[in-house]
Amino acid sequence: MIVQPVLVVAAALFSLGIYGILVRRNAVMVLLSIELILNSVNINFIMFDTMLADAMMQGQIFTIFIITIAAAEVGIGLAIVLMLFRNRQTANINEFDLMKW
Amino acid sequence: MVNFTTTIFAEGELIYTDGGLLAQYAWLLVLLPFVAALIITFMGKHLPLKGAEVALATIGLIFLYSSALMYSHITSGVVNEFFINVGSIGVFDIEFGWVVDGLSIMMYFVVGTVALLVFIYATNYMEGEIRYTFFFTSLTLFAGSMLVLVSSPTLIQILIGWELVGVCSYLLIGHYWEKKDNSSAAMKAFITNKIADVGLMIGIIILALNTGTLRISEILYQATHEYEKLSTVAFIAAILLFIGAMGKSAQFPLHVWLPDAMAGPTPVSALMHAATMVTAGVYLLARMFPFYKSMAPDALDIVMLFGVITLLAAGLIAVVQDDLKKVLAYSTVSQLGYMVAAIGSGAYTAALFHLWTHAFFKALLFLGAGSVIHAVHSNSMLEMGGLRKVMPKTFATFIIGTVALAGLPPFAGFFSKDEILASFNHEGEITFFFIAVLGAFITAFYMTRAVSLTFLGEYRGHGHPHESHNLMTTPLLALSVFAIASGWVNIPGVYTGFTDWVTTRKNKIVEYHPESFDLFALSSGLLAGLLGIALGYYLYQLQGSAETGDDKIKIQPIWSVLENKYYLDDFYFKYVIDPVKINISRAVDKFNTNVIDRFVNGFGQIASLLGGIVYNNFDQNGIDKLLNMSSSGTDSFGGKVKLLQTGKTQQYLMMFLGGVVTISLLILFII
Repeated sequence: MIVQPVLVVAAALFSLGIYGILVRRNAVMVLLSIELILNSVNINFIMFDTMLADAMMQGQIFTIFIITIAAAEVGIGLAIVLMLFRNRQTANINEFDLMKW
Repeated sequence: MVNFTTTIFAEGELIYTDGGLLAQYAWLLVLLPFVAALIITFMGKHLPLKGAEVALATIGLIFLYSSALMYSHITSGVVNEFFINVGSIGVFDIEFGWVVDGLSIMMYFVVGTVALLVFIYATNYMEGEIRYTFFFTSLTLFAGSMLVLVSSPTLIQILIGWELVGVCSYLLIGHYWEKKDNSSAAMKAFITNKIADVGLMIGIIILALNTGTLRISEILYQATHEYEKLSTVAFIAAILLFIGAMGKSAQFPLHVWLPDAMAGPTPVSALMHAATMVTAGVYLLARMFPFYKSMAPDALDIVMLFGVITLLAAGLIAVVQDDLKKVLAYSTVSQLGYMVAAIGSGAYTAALFHLWTHAFFKALLFLGAGSVIHAVHSNSMLEMGGLRKVMPKTFATFIIGTVALAGLPPFAGFFSKDEILASFNHEGEITFFFIAVLGAFITAFYMTRAVSLTFLGEYRGHGHPHESHNLMTTPLLALSVFAIASGWVNIPGVYTGFTDWVTTRKNKIVEYHPESFDLFALSSGLLAGLLGIALGYYLYQLQGSAETGDDKIKIQPIWSVLENKYYLDDFYFKYVIDPVKINISRAVDKFNTNVIDRFVNGFGQIASLLGGIVYNNFDQNGIDKLLNMSSSGTDSFGGKVKLLQTGKTQQYLMMFLGGVVTISLLILFII
């Protein structure tokens, strides 16, 4: 099992996600970036599970959990973004400063 | 904590019980009026009948409960007492509670019955009067206070009830306090009672110190078992208690407050004279009777002497009064004299029997007088007359009351007065016996005079009087039934249930009770009554006094002595009140302004100076500054920190990331 390339791919994916979260102004893109981060974690899980040949396959089970939760999270996140867009006619995340002091 | 004590003694064929639930819940009798008074005070004005319905409902319940108690007492005999311990002072347990025995059940019934009828009467009599709601509050409290007093198993509760009755009487006598006369009458009643109360209080303290208990039943137990420690102080304690009783039961020379108490509304007079106040003294003497009988027989002689003086002196004054209510008031004083004298002669049952019958017919007479006064708007009999035609119901019931008071058979007063006379005769007090017979003669005479001047002859007043409302005449009718029949419960040789009722006591009563009619006493009493009525009728009816309203018997100088009430009020003013007012009060006032006030003012100034120093230096510059500084520091710091809260998600994420990176680096390189 080649570990290093897979870890590099996962790290790259994670960094891309962080970059996207911090830089993109579109809220949908921010949500997408979060998905990237989650998926990089998934890759790590699968990779270590295979490498260790875990009989209980805990890494894969966790991955399924994460995918499920990610789906739910995206569902709620998109719904919020949709409502914000309807009220504000914009999806720019910088416009959403209702929680300001 | 309820301490459940049951003591039963058996005498003859009667079996006594502890009274069961009915006795256990008798505290309701005492508590209900106080709850009702609170309700009337806070909600009375918003109710449709302005609070009268609450008072009526309460007193109705009390009447029903006391009737139930009376019934169970008559059928099976109830003796029980309950204590609630509320604390202790030194070795003395302070206990409240309630007694259910013959004496107190009889009093519950009298208070319940008379108060119910008076309350019904008052709803109409007081209609449209000032402070109507407050009147019912006080009236309910008045009845409640009397129940506190008569239900008392301890001396401390007796004292509390005693004072409560005094306060309520003050409120009610001074109901129309806008007039100076009325408020001073209230004050007079209160202060005269207060002077007597001092005697009661010292008496209670002496008894408590020498018996080690405040429970009446235990004091009576010690008295009847000849405890030596108690016997040394028995005489003085007995006299002191009697002084207390003299105040409440208006015995000569402390009777002066009672006639003035007529300043109150008539229902108050009726309640006060029949059930709730003046009977308190007789009740106290009756409650402590075993103590008097076994430990202080000398004190009983003094009690009897004062009773006899009172019955004669007050009866004579009643003859010269022109105010209808005052005739009745002096008559009450006189009848109380009979009761007290009867207790003094050792005739416990006779005294209570007279209390019982007197309560009904005197309430009847007062309510009748109230009905008349309501109609003619005057208290003076000189402005009445001829009312029998316009007020037939009042006239008929008043006549029943009069005959009952004069003591003609088969009306109530006959039996009770006869029993008192028989006891005097039995005790060999022949002088007192004849004074009492003379008193009966005077009673009959002044009542005939009052009836003649009020109801017979021609009308001498103003306006057109008419019969009172049914709400007023119905209680009169009900009371006249009692005035006729209440004497039949104790006919010597026929039925003597009353004797069994009131002698049902925890400590056995040793007293004289006639087994059959004493023919000598009977005939003297009856003859005196008939003669009195005949003389009154002759002087005021046949001689025509009732037509003109003037008196045929103005024999100087007796008349003016009597009109001035033996100059007793003047004596009190000249030798008691004025010296106190002029010398002692002024001296006290001077001492107060020059010494105490100066002290108090000096202390006040020092305190305010000290306060100023503390305020300016310590409080303002110390504590306040510290607190202000800390709050303003928090405020400015918060103002700066809050700028971080931009509301922009990505900035937060940036900070979060910075934090994560910093902590990661720290973990990697330092730890």
